[in-house]
Amino acid sequence: MTWEPLLLTFKLAAVTTGILMLIGTPLAYGLAYGRFRGKPVVEALVSMPLVLPPTVLGFYFLLAFSPQNLFGQWLNDAIGLRLVFSFTGLVLASVIYSLPFMVQPLQSGFQGLSNSLREAAQLMGKSRWETLIHVLLPNMKASVLTGIVLSFAHTVGEFGVVLMIGGSIPGQTKVASIAIYEQVEAMNYEAANLYSGVLFAITFFILLLVYTVNGQFLKRRGI
Amino acid sequence: MIRAQLSKQLRDAEGKMYLQVDLAIEKGERVALFGPSGAGKTSTLRMLAGLMEPDAGFIEAHGVCWYDSKTKVRLKPGKRNIGFVFQDFALFPNMTVLENLRFAQGGTKNGPSISELLEVMELGALQHRLPGVLSGGQQQRVAVARALVTEPDMLMLDEPLSALDNDTRSRLQDYLRQVQGQFGTTLLFISHDIGELYQLAQRVLVMERGLIIKEGTPEQVFLGAMPHDTQDEFTVTGVLLKKEFNMEGNFTITIASQSRLQTFVVHQEWVAEIEVGDQIQFSAVLSDPKIMKIS
Repeated sequence: MTWEPLLLTFKLAAVTTGILMLIGTPLAYGLAYGRFRGKPVVEALVSMPLVLPPTVLGFYFLLAFSPQNLFGQWLNDAIGLRLVFSFTGLVLASVIYSLPFMVQPLQSGFQGLSNSLREAAQLMGKSRWETLIHVLLPNMKASVLTGIVLSFAHTVGEFGVVLMIGGSIPGQTKVASIAIYEQVEAMNYEAANLYSGVLFAITFFILLLVYTVNGQFLKRRGI
Repeated sequence: MIRAQLSKQLRDAEGKMYLQVDLAIEKGERVALFGPSGAGKTSTLRMLAGLMEPDAGFIEAHGVCWYDSKTKVRLKPGKRNIGFVFQDFALFPNMTVLENLRFAQGGTKNGPSISELLEVMELGALQHRLPGVLSGGQQQRVAVARALVTEPDMLMLDEPLSALDNDTRSRLQDYLRQVQGQFGTTLLFISHDIGELYQLAQRVLVMERGLIIKEGTPEQVFLGAMPHDTQDEFTVTGVLLKKEFNMEGNFTITIASQSRLQTFVVHQEWVAEIEVGDQIQFSAVLSDPKIMKIS
């Protein structure tokens, strides 16, 4: 019994959520306000991980990242990046797997803001960046928080994708969900129980905190 | 002086509508757009501000081309030096009154000082409040102050005072006139309220179905040719609240119409079919009044 799988799980979730904030915000902005031809296609692609079994995603990642295939080989040769059975690979897969959980709350957050807020900022000569940072995001804190928490929680709960492309390398890819599975397989219920209990408690308190904070935030704003 | 010739195809309740306006506004002038909803007033304002792209035409202001469909010139809204007061005020909810004004002012230094504006608009005591806790009239004043903080050449107001009670409204009209006089700003606003137009506008452009159908001073526009039905006929539409039989064998009826209660004495036969709670229209033409049930 070691704490490593739990720490790895939260490290993976934190890194994934951080990257998703950087990628998800412009993507959600574009989907909320943009008018371009391929928009339904992009929206469908972003939402795919919601409906696909994680094993399907994992399977395709495995094919794509495998050094025996063109893309994987190129990654390996050109940048020395090996994505199968590595933490970097897990991060990349998790980002795609949890993408809708970040993009959808942000997109509805953007859409929920009155257009006149953006237009008012535009008339003041503010750039899109200034408007995003000073006007839009601060007025959709609940959506931002929801996106962060859902992405984090969804990554913590990841199993199928990791199983397919991560394997179970201690300290590299052996996250809590995999460790629990292995302990159960080995009939080692005590360890499985401990991992599960810790995961259970921590996720409960994260969500509790979020809903409490969110509730107070909304109440204070009189919404 | 702003000159604009704009056309744009719009959609309204009845289908397609072709907006075609040709207008010229002098510097420092107070001009109002008046007309039924869906006439294209807001679209006209938005095109002038650069928030909506016309299909064709041009806008030229103080010798500078803002928009020209032929040469593909399109000056960004932020470069047009316009103060815009939105119908919903568009105050940034995350910023206090003072922060809203500071954010709007940005780097510009030559506008009126924030403290001066706060004083004129009587906002000093509210400057550290968030917009969400202010009343409609207070938000309105903040929106006007924020629009003026960059010392715009032109102040545009999209039906700014429509949601306010009469007292607040007339105080704000005073503010607007005072501020406009003080800063010499050109004023272009939308209003449905004839009283307000008298108070504020030097010139009224009447719009209907995308066209400017009439223009002139408020007197010329509204007194010269009052619509037929307001001169020899009056109409009250509303909910019947009370129906009481009185001594003379007539009925006294009370109608809630918009925000007013009105009481009339009518012949019992006229209201025989009408019950309390019905939506009714009561009209009288000279000595020939009638009441009909409309729902």
